[in-house]
Amino acid sequence: MEFTVSQFSAAMPEIFLLCMACAILVVDVFLPERYRFVTYALIQGSLASAFLLAFMQFKEYPEPLYSFSGHFVIDKLAVLSKLCVYMFSFFAFAYARDYIRSRDIADSEYYLLGLFAVIGMSVMASANTFLTIYLGLELLSLALYAMVAMYKDSNDAAEAAMKFFVLGSLASGIFLYGISMFYGLTGTLELHTVARVLAERNDAAAMAAMVFVIAGLIFKFGAVPFHMWVPDVYQGSPTSTTLFISTAPKIAAFGITVRILQQALPGLQASWIPMLITISIASMLFGNLVAIAQTNIKRMLAYSSIAHVGYALLGILAGPNSTNGYSAAMFYIVTYVMVVAGAFAIVAILSRNGVEFDTLEDYRGLNARNPWLAFMMLLLLFSMAGVPPTVGFFAKLGLLEAVVQAGYVWLAALALVFALVGVYYYLRVVMLMYFEEPLKTACSRIHLSSRMLVAISLNGTAALVLGVLPSSLIDLCRISVG
Amino acid sequence: MFEQLPLLTISIWLPFLGGILVLCTGGDRHANAARVIAVTVTAVNLLLCIPMLMAFDTGSYDMQFAEDYLWITAYQIHYAIGVDGISLLMVVLTNFTGLLVVVAGCHFIKKRIAQYMAAFLILQGMIVGVFCAMDAILFYVFWEGMLIPMYLSIGMWGSSNRSYASIKFFLFTFLGSILMLVALLYLYNLTGSFMIQNFYGLQLGLSTQIWLFIAFVLAFAVKVPMWPLHTWLPDAHTEAPAGGSVVLAALMLKLGVYGFLRFSMPITPLACEKLAWLMIVLSLIAVVYIGLIAIVQTDMKKLIAYSSIAHMGFATLACFIVYQIVIDSHSLQYAYLGLEGAVIQMIAHAFGSGAMFLGVGMLADRMYNHSRLIKDYGGVANTMPVFAAFFMLFAMSNVGLPGTAGFVGEFMIIMSALQTHFFVALFAAMTLILSASYTLWMYKRVFFGPVTNENVAGFKDMTYLETFNYVLLAAGVFYVGLYPDPLIKILRVTLGHLLLQSLPPDLAMTVPTTTYL
Repeated sequence: MEFTVSQFSAAMPEIFLLCMACAILVVDVFLPERYRFVTYALIQGSLASAFLLAFMQFKEYPEPLYSFSGHFVIDKLAVLSKLCVYMFSFFAFAYARDYIRSRDIADSEYYLLGLFAVIGMSVMASANTFLTIYLGLELLSLALYAMVAMYKDSNDAAEAAMKFFVLGSLASGIFLYGISMFYGLTGTLELHTVARVLAERNDAAAMAAMVFVIAGLIFKFGAVPFHMWVPDVYQGSPTSTTLFISTAPKIAAFGITVRILQQALPGLQASWIPMLITISIASMLFGNLVAIAQTNIKRMLAYSSIAHVGYALLGILAGPNSTNGYSAAMFYIVTYVMVVAGAFAIVAILSRNGVEFDTLEDYRGLNARNPWLAFMMLLLLFSMAGVPPTVGFFAKLGLLEAVVQAGYVWLAALALVFALVGVYYYLRVVMLMYFEEPLKTACSRIHLSSRMLVAISLNGTAALVLGVLPSSLIDLCRISVG
Repeated sequence: MFEQLPLLTISIWLPFLGGILVLCTGGDRHANAARVIAVTVTAVNLLLCIPMLMAFDTGSYDMQFAEDYLWITAYQIHYAIGVDGISLLMVVLTNFTGLLVVVAGCHFIKKRIAQYMAAFLILQGMIVGVFCAMDAILFYVFWEGMLIPMYLSIGMWGSSNRSYASIKFFLFTFLGSILMLVALLYLYNLTGSFMIQNFYGLQLGLSTQIWLFIAFVLAFAVKVPMWPLHTWLPDAHTEAPAGGSVVLAALMLKLGVYGFLRFSMPITPLACEKLAWLMIVLSLIAVVYIGLIAIVQTDMKKLIAYSSIAHMGFATLACFIVYQIVIDSHSLQYAYLGLEGAVIQMIAHAFGSGAMFLGVGMLADRMYNHSRLIKDYGGVANTMPVFAAFFMLFAMSNVGLPGTAGFVGEFMIIMSALQTHFFVALFAAMTLILSASYTLWMYKRVFFGPVTNENVAGFKDMTYLETFNYVLLAAGVFYVGLYPDPLIKILRVTLGHLLLQSLPPDLAMTVPTTTYL
């Protein structure tokens, strides 16, 4: 195996991030306490530079390029996933800043672990063999377990970390088991070769391997029936970590799911489409119904995320039989992640002095206390509900168009009926924010730091602006995902 | 000079801009700035209708003042707007009502005025957008988008049970529209575009048409609302602030009938013909049964809300009897009469019920506990004579007295209903008795007799702003009632073309098409 410069330059963002992570680890040790912000600045700078590097790659590689003996691929899907991962991680860290500082959470370690998680996601996005996928997945998961557990003062966080770790390891095991079966069946780990071999032999063993692999992916996605960890982890984690878990990893998980199903298992389509239909319906139904009963907004958003993953799966399952299924799903997941980042950011911004602002009652009369923040939350919630003119509507429109084109008109109608159920609990939050007066005990006005104000305003208005002018992002997804 | 301007685009987006501007005035300290901006914007918007009416070519059924830009390339969604006769009248009506509502809001609303004005300005822009949209997704975006400001306005400024009413309103309308979205996507898959025009004249099979018909009807029947999907309306109307009730009654309900005319009838003519009996029965139930329910209401707003359902039942009846008329009489003349009656009825009802909702708002505003119950009032005519006179006019229009707006549409519809079956016309005509009984009985209990309590004794007559609103509305009622000919002229060619598109091919073959065009 020979190494050339072009092979390494394909992995430029990952290599850069890894070097930076190692360097920052060292720098951080020697920084005095009052200069800790340098670590934060360096990490954000690295993410921004990696974003630029990946951005240049987008033009540089019109055709997929395989390197490191086919373990690593750089194509438009990979680059777009990475771009989104870097961008959302950047926002997640920016939102975390105030939250982390007001609590007893190790400051620079938090961001450094986050950076390693980003590297893991980056590797996942570019993985072309099952082994690389597993590598990236584990790097991501281990960093996330630690990020949940870092809030040492909170019993909920400890419980959430434990659940996350045990169930996550189980899922990794299942995934690995599936991979090993594929290896036994095909003698290779490379996705395209697996597809070629499976095209010739399509038997029960391949099916079993596929079920294990999909189960592992579904777990990472957090869809029914492997959703048990989602509510507890979302609720128990420090809100900044919840924000991080609910955003970038979803995109990475989506990237590899599409890659595995589309590139490694096209021969098993007839089996995985019905499987995904079941998972998707169950997720939409369960997520939306149970979310109604929640009184904690983080938990409510967790159940809603289960439902939204169900919607994104609609696009994937329609992918083989429609022209734009995969790209519609990509658009859906990217915009959903953006919206949910904003929602958790508002929860994080509002929690002060160690008091979590996470029950629905806390949102009573928010409009009277800070109209702008309430309006941003309104936009984000309506976007999740899929009401035009927010971006959530076009996300749903694209998915349903693909589903109808693939011939599942009934599924499109069913998905919309579940969306109606979803509207109810989003509206309930709007109702509390706008229709009720604040509780007497709550202090009257809420003031924001200007940094948070800018970030959340960007995030909230993006939900509206992308809803009015979604064309370029849709095109970008189509070019990248096909 | 105005013809070169993109009048419709301005008409849609000017209220949005105004809404943002109003929000920028901030809290209630700058309430007067918010009021002035809102009134100015709506007044300008209403004035914009004048060049539109002047330049409108009544001899053409094409979409006029059309603008067409590719909006979302990936799905071939256009920002395509234009008006034909029906849309034009509805746009004028929307802008007219918008001004009234904002002026009324100036004195009804005491807190969060900027947000109130902004909600109604944006709502107005969206409703104009719905009436102008030539692209189905653009239509849908406005159609659904307007739920947000309406939901907020019911919930934020409504009365005690507002949360329940607003969520019920949102969920009902959302439920109706989602199936329409699936239907639109299905049609997009067939035609490759979302332009409504391209959906017309598709040779669809009967079962496909019936499915599409059901999907559309759910969406529009909820908005109209038709029995049995009407239950959200009494709640929403009663709990909404006066301005919200006016917009609901005068504009939102019209969207349903507009949808029937724009989508159901031309896209699924075969299914419409086959299922017209069902729609006629539902409409008649609305007219008779809901009319009876209105009589027993004790809450004035609820009474007017039920009367709205009954009156809109008339409009839907007129849409769906055209098939039977054409089959029976082999001519289009009475079918036209019915459709024209439907549109006139929509306009008349907007004036009548809008004015009555405003009136109830004025009464409740004067009452210490904002009561809307009939029994809390009595002898208002003694303390508010001018108001009582105006209200009498609008009540008479609601009843359908000749010379007022309410008479024209109802008369045309009953005339055309006579061509189908005697009993259809008979049941339809029962509205004249029913609406007279509930409206006049309410009027008698609220306005006549001695002053019943000291609250009523303290009422002051109308303020200048209130009089301004009522003079505008009274002018509308008389105009439509005495000289509806210009309106009919605007509608004639459009409706003629629409009717030909809405007839199934084998039925269209049997009639001479040249008689009216």
